[in-house]
Amino acid sequence: MATLKELSKQNELLTGGHRLCSGCGIPPIVRLVLRAAGGPVVATTATGCLEVGTTIYPYTAWRIPWIHSAFENAAATISGIETAYRALKKKGKLPGGDRDIKFIAFGGDGGTYDIGLQALSGALERGHNFLYLCYDNGAYMNTGIQRSSATPFFSNTTTSPAGEVIPGKQEWRKDLTRIVAAHNIPYAAQASPHNWADLSRKAEKALRIQGPTFMNVMSPCPLGWYTKPEDSIKWAKLSVDTCYWPLYEIEDGILKITYKPKEKKPLEEWLKPQGRFKHLLKPENRNLLDKFQARVDLEWQRLLDLDGKRI
Amino acid sequence: MAITMTKGQAGLTGNSAIAYAMKQINPDVCPAYPITPSTAVIEEFASYVADGAVTTELITVESEHSAMSACIGAAAAGARVMTATSSQGLALMWEMLYIASGMRLPIILTDVNRALSAPINIHCDHSDSMGARDSGWIQLYSETVQEAYDNLIQAVRIAEDETVQLPVMVCLDGFITSHAIENITLLSDEEVQGFVGEYNAKTTLLDIDHPVTMGAMSLPENYIDFKFQQSEAIARSKDTVLKVAEDFEKRFGRKYGLFEGYRLEDAEIAIVILNSAAGTTKVAVDELRKKGLKAGLLRPRLFRPFPFKELAEALKDKKAIAVLDRADSMNGFGGPVFNELRSALYDVPKRPKVVSRIYGLGGRDYKVKDAIAVFEELKTIAETGMVDTLQKYITI
Repeated sequence: MATLKELSKQNELLTGGHRLCSGCGIPPIVRLVLRAAGGPVVATTATGCLEVGTTIYPYTAWRIPWIHSAFENAAATISGIETAYRALKKKGKLPGGDRDIKFIAFGGDGGTYDIGLQALSGALERGHNFLYLCYDNGAYMNTGIQRSSATPFFSNTTTSPAGEVIPGKQEWRKDLTRIVAAHNIPYAAQASPHNWADLSRKAEKALRIQGPTFMNVMSPCPLGWYTKPEDSIKWAKLSVDTCYWPLYEIEDGILKITYKPKEKKPLEEWLKPQGRFKHLLKPENRNLLDKFQARVDLEWQRLLDLDGKRI
Repeated sequence: MAITMTKGQAGLTGNSAIAYAMKQINPDVCPAYPITPSTAVIEEFASYVADGAVTTELITVESEHSAMSACIGAAAAGARVMTATSSQGLALMWEMLYIASGMRLPIILTDVNRALSAPINIHCDHSDSMGARDSGWIQLYSETVQEAYDNLIQAVRIAEDETVQLPVMVCLDGFITSHAIENITLLSDEEVQGFVGEYNAKTTLLDIDHPVTMGAMSLPENYIDFKFQQSEAIARSKDTVLKVAEDFEKRFGRKYGLFEGYRLEDAEIAIVILNSAAGTTKVAVDELRKKGLKAGLLRPRLFRPFPFKELAEALKDKKAIAVLDRADSMNGFGGPVFNELRSALYDVPKRPKVVSRIYGLGGRDYKVKDAIAVFEELKTIAETGMVDTLQKYITI
C-alpha cells in the first residue's frame, strides 16, 4: 500500500473546486478509493450529493470516465458498463487497446440501502466485476435530511422529526453490510475516512479481487448531523471508537474486525456534539440513550463473537 | 433454436423472428428480464448465447428497470445494445426510457404489445407503448411477423445514424403477432451484417485516455437547450427512417414507408389503425369495395416522430375517418392516435370528419364485422356530414 506521502503526490482523480459542502466526508472517501485503483477506472454514481456536487454542467470534477443515470440503479448501470467492457474486449474493440479497467459504483445510503437495494442485490448475485461503495451519511442529505433506513436510532431528521410525542426515528438502522455479505460475495467491508490507511487497504483489496465487492463507509455530514465542518473526521473516528460503526471486513466468508478500540467509548460522546441527537440529552430521554447504548453493545458483541470465524 | 428454412422462407412466430433477427444482428450486450408475451424472445436469444451462435453478453437482470439501466450503462460504454419487454416491464422501465433518449443512446427495444394492469391482463393492446409515446424513443409499429423482423433490422441503422442517435422501439402485437406462426422471408446473416454494419460509438466510457462525464446535472441555464437538440433529432429521424427503408428495399426488395395505405388513394372513408388489426381491416375494405363502397385503410408504421404532414396529405381528401386506437388516453377525448391525427388534419383546407373508436383492449377480438360496422358508420357520416358520436368504445 502507498504511504501517505506517496498518496499526496498522486494526481487527484476527483479535483477540487466541486460543490460538496466543506466538512463533507464524501470527497476524501472517493479520492482515497480512486487512488487505490492504481490504474484505469470507470465510475458511476447514483443520484445524490456526490453526483450533484461534482457535475453541474458544464463543469465536472471527474478526471475519469464517469456516468450518472438515475437514483436506484447505480449497480445496474455499472453492470451494463462492465459487461460492455467484457463484450468489447472479447472482440478486440476497446478504445486504446486491451487494458485492465476497474469499475466502481458510488451511492449514498438512500441510493443503496433503500431505493437501490434491489439493483445492488441483482448485480452482486450476477457476479459482475466491480466495487460498490456506499457513502453512508445516515439520511437523504442531498434533499434536506430525510430519514433513510440507514438513519441512526432516534435521529432527528425532517421526516422523522424529534417531536413532542415521537422522539425522532424509532427504528434501528438496516445492517446493509450483513445483507450484502449474505450474497456470499468475495469481499465486503466497513470503513471510515478518519482511518485512511484502513480505508485505502480495503479499497485496494476490493478492487484487486475478481467479482463483486462492497464497501460501506461512514461519511460525516455537517449539514445533517448539525456539526462543525472542521470536526467531521473527529466524529467519524468517534463513531468507530464508540463501536457504533465497527471497522471490519468479510473476505471469502471469514469475518475480521480490523480495528478494536483499546477503550470502547460511551456512545453519548459521539451523540452529544451532533444536533440530530440533541433531544436525547434531555434528562427525560435518558431511557432512550440507554436503549441506544444497549443496542450498540449488543451489535458489537455479536461482531466480536464472529471475529475470525466463517459467517 | 434451430430454424428450418426453405429457400430463405421459414415459418416463425413473431417472437422467434425477433430473436432470430437479434441473433443475426449479434449485438454486444443484451440485458433482459422475462415478461409475457415477449418472454420467448429472450428465451430463444438465451439459447443462441448458450450455443455460441452469437458473441453477445446476456445479462439476466433482476427487473426491467435494471434491464434498461444496464442498457444505458452498456450503450454509454460503446456497446450495441438490444432488449425486449412488454406491458408492466415497459412501464417499469419508464423512468429509464427518458434517460436513454435524453442521453442520446441508440438502444434497440422490442415491445411485444400487451395491456397494462389493472386489471392484470396478458393480452394485446397498445397501452404500454402508448404510455411511452412521449419518452423520446422512435417508435415503429409492425403489422406482421415479416414487418417486425424487417423493422428490427432497420431499427439498428436508424438508431445509430449520426444525425439521430436515439433509441428505437419496435412494437408488435402480443400473442396475435408474437405467437402466431407466419411464413416469412429471412435474410442471410451476411445480408443482415452488411446492412447494419459495424458499430463504433464516438464517445464512450471505456475510452480511458479521453475521459468523459455523462449524465451531468443540468440547470435552467442549459436543460432546455439539451431538450431542444433532442427534439430536433427526433423530428429529423423521419428522414432517416425513409433513407434506411429505401436502402432496405434496394437490397432486399421489401418496401416500407412512414405508413401503409391500403386502397387509400381513391377512398372516401378510411380507418386508421396500428399493427395486426390492419390485416383484419383490409379484409373488410375488400369486402366493402366489392359492394362499391370506397373504403380504405391507413396504417401508420412510424408513430414517433409523428409524420403529421405526410398523414394529413394522405387523408386530406377523405370525407370521414375513424381512428381506431387499441389504447385509451383516459382523457375523455379518445385514443392517442386519434388525438394526434385529428390535430394533424386541422390545417387541411377541407377537414374530414374524424371520429375515435377504441377497440380490442386487453386482447378483445376485433373482427371483420367490427371493421365493417365502423365503415358503415363512416358512410353515414360522409353522406350526412354529421357526426353522431365523436368517440366511443367498440368491440364491447
